[in-house]
Amino acid sequence: MTQHPPSLASPVAGPAPLLEVADLSVRIGGVPIIDKVSMTLREGEVVGLVGESGSGKSVSSLAIMRLLPKEAEITASRLRLLGEDLLQASERRYEQLRGSAIAMIFQEPMTALNPVLTVGEQIIETVIRHEGVGRRVARARAIDALGRVGIPAAAQRVDDYPHQMSGGMRQRAMIAVALACQPRVLIADEPTTALDVTIQAQILELLQDLQEEYRMGTVMITHDLGVVSSFADRVMIMYSGRVIEEAPAGAVFDAPRHPYTRGLLASIPSSEVDTDRLYAIPGTVPPAFDPPPGCRFEPRCAHAAAGCRLAQPALLACGPDHRAACLRLDEITPAGAP
Amino acid sequence: MQDPLPPLLRVQDLHKEFSSGGGWLGGAPRVVRAVDRVSFEVRAGETLGVVGESGCGKTTLGRMVLRLLEATSGKVEFDGTDLGGLDAARMRAMRRNMQIIFQDPFGALNPRMTVGELIVEPLVIHGVGTPASRQARLDELLGLVGLAPYHAARFAHEFSGGQRQRICIARALALNPRFIVCDEAASALDVSIQAQILNLLQDLKQSLGLTYLFISHDLGVIRHISDRVMVMYLGQVVEMGSKHQIFDAPSHPYTAALLRASPSRNRGKTRFAAIKGDLPSPANPPPGCRFHTRCPLAQPVCRTTPPPLMPVGASGQSAACHFPGSDRGPLDPGKTVGAMGG
Repeated sequence: MTQHPPSLASPVAGPAPLLEVADLSVRIGGVPIIDKVSMTLREGEVVGLVGESGSGKSVSSLAIMRLLPKEAEITASRLRLLGEDLLQASERRYEQLRGSAIAMIFQEPMTALNPVLTVGEQIIETVIRHEGVGRRVARARAIDALGRVGIPAAAQRVDDYPHQMSGGMRQRAMIAVALACQPRVLIADEPTTALDVTIQAQILELLQDLQEEYRMGTVMITHDLGVVSSFADRVMIMYSGRVIEEAPAGAVFDAPRHPYTRGLLASIPSSEVDTDRLYAIPGTVPPAFDPPPGCRFEPRCAHAAAGCRLAQPALLACGPDHRAACLRLDEITPAGAP
Repeated sequence: MQDPLPPLLRVQDLHKEFSSGGGWLGGAPRVVRAVDRVSFEVRAGETLGVVGESGCGKTTLGRMVLRLLEATSGKVEFDGTDLGGLDAARMRAMRRNMQIIFQDPFGALNPRMTVGELIVEPLVIHGVGTPASRQARLDELLGLVGLAPYHAARFAHEFSGGQRQRICIARALALNPRFIVCDEAASALDVSIQAQILNLLQDLKQSLGLTYLFISHDLGVIRHISDRVMVMYLGQVVEMGSKHQIFDAPSHPYTAALLRASPSRNRGKTRFAAIKGDLPSPANPPPGCRFHTRCPLAQPVCRTTPPPLMPVGASGQSAACHFPGSDRGPLDPGKTVGAMGG
């Protein structure tokens, strides 16, 4: 039934990745928030970064963007954007890159857009700053950018303030601001979570169109596995600050291997098929300041064994382009219980 | 399916208008019809799901059913009693049968009270039992919702969202109600916790013989929990039917559009094909059929004449559409695409 196309991004073929992240860790006040997150993003590829509250999915992206507060200690063995080493980049260089090479959109456009500037002014400012063009050219670009994201009568709406727009239109405007300089990498952090379902579908449709047109690499951060399944080529599942499974989207949904991924999929009610009873993962996510030793999912895991408490399991290959961090992978059958 | 019993809840032409704007700077106040002549019944032991987007009136409806908000007009009958005719004291007594669970378990619990005090508070307010019997009831309620006796001495802020929702559920159950309005009761929770709460609500329904009016924007949750479903759009009911009628054979184009817009994890990478247009403001709904501005099937009559809710077929499904059943196409919103641009 389910047809997931094979991922374009095989680890060996293709052009150099747009974004390379290896062993990215963030500690705040000595507390590890994310732990050794690695990710590769290629041209035209959409990576879905999935997890529940506190899994570290947003912190990972903010660390890449260097948008975390000063107290955050960020370490990585590799962090490269379009081949450039971001670990060596100055604050000034980062300012140049943000908005031109890499951009970010957020869940709540009212906090991302400046309420006292018109939508057009926010695009004009970005275009002038990054491309050094004149105001008239920048204004024409702003109108064009608003038209591209489906804002009707863009030549008039360019002078609207964010509060004059509906939620869906504001989300479109924020996307226009982010994409005005055609970044190569887009990080979309829960871009449709606050929207009604018919408006969410419109924004996802728009992001698909833009993704196809600009062939960006996109990181889609979401808690919604339906959104990820419809949108992403590859999926990374995070739990308690770590990536616990990654694979082409089809494999994650058809043959998930990590007990957390399997439990998560079984716990979501579907609008397409009947479920008598949902699988409920027992317990709650452990607090970051007091993680369990060994595998962080062990206290909630139906498959836990004594060895799971001893050491953190590494991400190991368990299929084509498919990795999971679980000691008991071989004993958990794909068709079995979560 | 055939239930000879009269409905536990009967709602007739329930209507709520709010006025906004106006005032001493002039200008006539605008009237917002938040809920526009809604009628339905809920049978004992049944879960009626209410689904819709922002501004559809589902929350206002839930509050009016319990008279937490007074209706502008219309009638609510609970177990044969017209709630509109009850004075405050009698209404309070009636509320022992009817409770509500809200979305936000953070806002619903007084931070200065212990969990035990919170859960027995309804018993104290209604003067039920003695201190000793309340203590016994508290232990029983904690057990029902999966909390431990020692939790009673703690404060709500010490608990996670899922556990707080358990406290809210225990509190709602304290007076042994027969009917509970669940207003987005699991929506603020992470999915793994949401499943725990949905399972708990289903178990309680079974063991205590409860009846639910279950309000949610989440189509998956509505399909999972409901026996029958009511779909609302801008204050009106656009379609009503059994769970399978609504999800597998929707008659109203809005229901069909909602189902298509809902992201699926079973279809693989797909093109979204969303219906166009913004949600109109409930303060200024379109004339005729309120959905016509976004409807792919709209005809001239739809722009002028509001369609009444009429039976579709003979099996209890009804829809408010001039052309019901004509948008029953496959739910797959488009072709499965290859990797983007590939």
